[in-house]
Amino acid sequence: MNTYRHAVIVAALLLICATSVAAPDAKRQAQLEHLLAQDCGACHGLYMTGGLGPELTRAALAGKTRDSLIATVTQGRPGTAMPGWGPLLSPDDIRWLVDLLLQGYPAP
Amino acid sequence: MIRSILLSAATGLLLSACAQSPLRGTGDLGVVVERGTGSVQIIESRTHTALARLTGFGDLSHASVVFSHDQRYAYVFGRDGGLSKIDLLTQRIDHRVIQGGNSIGGAISQDGKLIAVSNYVPGGVKVFDADTLQQVADIPATALADGSKRSRVVGLVDAPGQRFVFSLFDTGEIWTADFSRGNTPQISRFKNIGQQPYDALITPDGRYYMAGLFGEDGMAQLDLWHPERGVQRILGDYGRGQEKLPVYKMPHLEGWAVADNQAFVPAVGRHQVLVMDSRSWQQTAAIPVAGQPVFVTSRPDGRQLWVNFAYPDNDRVQVIDTETHAVIADLRPGPAVLHMEFTARGDQLWLSSRDGDQVQVWDPYSLKRLTTLPASAPSGIFFSSRAQKMGY
Repeated sequence: MNTYRHAVIVAALLLICATSVAAPDAKRQAQLEHLLAQDCGACHGLYMTGGLGPELTRAALAGKTRDSLIATVTQGRPGTAMPGWGPLLSPDDIRWLVDLLLQGYPAP
Repeated sequence: MIRSILLSAATGLLLSACAQSPLRGTGDLGVVVERGTGSVQIIESRTHTALARLTGFGDLSHASVVFSHDQRYAYVFGRDGGLSKIDLLTQRIDHRVIQGGNSIGGAISQDGKLIAVSNYVPGGVKVFDADTLQQVADIPATALADGSKRSRVVGLVDAPGQRFVFSLFDTGEIWTADFSRGNTPQISRFKNIGQQPYDALITPDGRYYMAGLFGEDGMAQLDLWHPERGVQRILGDYGRGQEKLPVYKMPHLEGWAVADNQAFVPAVGRHQVLVMDSRSWQQTAAIPVAGQPVFVTSRPDGRQLWVNFAYPDNDRVQVIDTETHAVIADLRPGPAVLHMEFTARGDQLWLSSRDGDQVQVWDPYSLKRLTTLPASAPSGIFFSSRAQKMGY
């Protein structure tokens, strides 16, 4: 019974996440930027200049679509070391991170 | 007259005594890399203190350090291709060159005269004179099929016989470069060793070089006593057919542990520490742990292992008994624990909490924290005793 109630709550939360288009608040943005520099940066470089993972500077991402980048971050890239971040980040989080990269990170 | 001569002689003696700092050794010194600020702190294990902070190292994300054999100089390998030589006594940067575009680590030769750096861009290894940092050799890696670039190089270590050994991530190779006959190395190439070697280790006696594979299960092992036998696969059956968990940070094989004829390595894509018999290299056990292990570091006496984890479990450290394989402590030292380093005799363990902006000193026997030092997003911690260990 308890498990069922939890499942309903989780499903409802997922639905809210999936349909919401609200940008992360300022505190969350700061957390996400830290995650990008430090944890994404572990493979892509502190300044997104690449490492074991490819370069993610604005120039390097030119020509890639927003949707394909969102899909890569969410699901990862099979056959490479890129994990899917869907289990850890909300769709809003991922969209915000991809937009940040497309604008150019770190900011010049 | 005589009095004034005596006086000036005494003054001169005093002045020269002041100009020289007191004599000291460097055996209890080390360095902490600060990734946030591209700086390095010089630390002293005897007093649990930081002695100095040096700045101007560029991008120190994923920086590593080796030491000169006299333990006076630390060589810092930066992500941006910077190679810096620090004098631990005068607390200054002695030499600094930008040798590549994107690099991952380095090694010092058996005789201490050569420094090798492994590069992602341009893919390959460059070798430098340890005194002057003048380049003495360039070893370009295999070009990729499309000709656009060369394979990235990982897992560079020094090996007996004035050799360096390293792995090619993109083309799945292990190479040895023998500098015993001078600065034109003899290169031996082992191909098809497995997909995506991501890091490597060498056993403490310098005999076995083992590269962890990311693209498939197991490790590629080269017996440096018998290179003619080629590269063997070990742990190949590990996890066969099982779905892998996502890996949010690559494991590292440095600091891996051999104790009581057992070898302990981090699993990839599974929340386990793998145990092998270090004579047969057959897997004997898998120890469940809190997350994707990053470092599996042995206390120097071999009785316990300290394990840290990839995001999102990187606030935890687990301590494992090597005899019973039990997790005997589950510590939460602080946010984003990136690295752990024992003093050579194992009386202290230093760890870095990147997001806590601190370095902590622990007593690894009582499992108590002794002190905490401020640091700016610290990552690697390296003691000068590494100078005397092969593969470091």
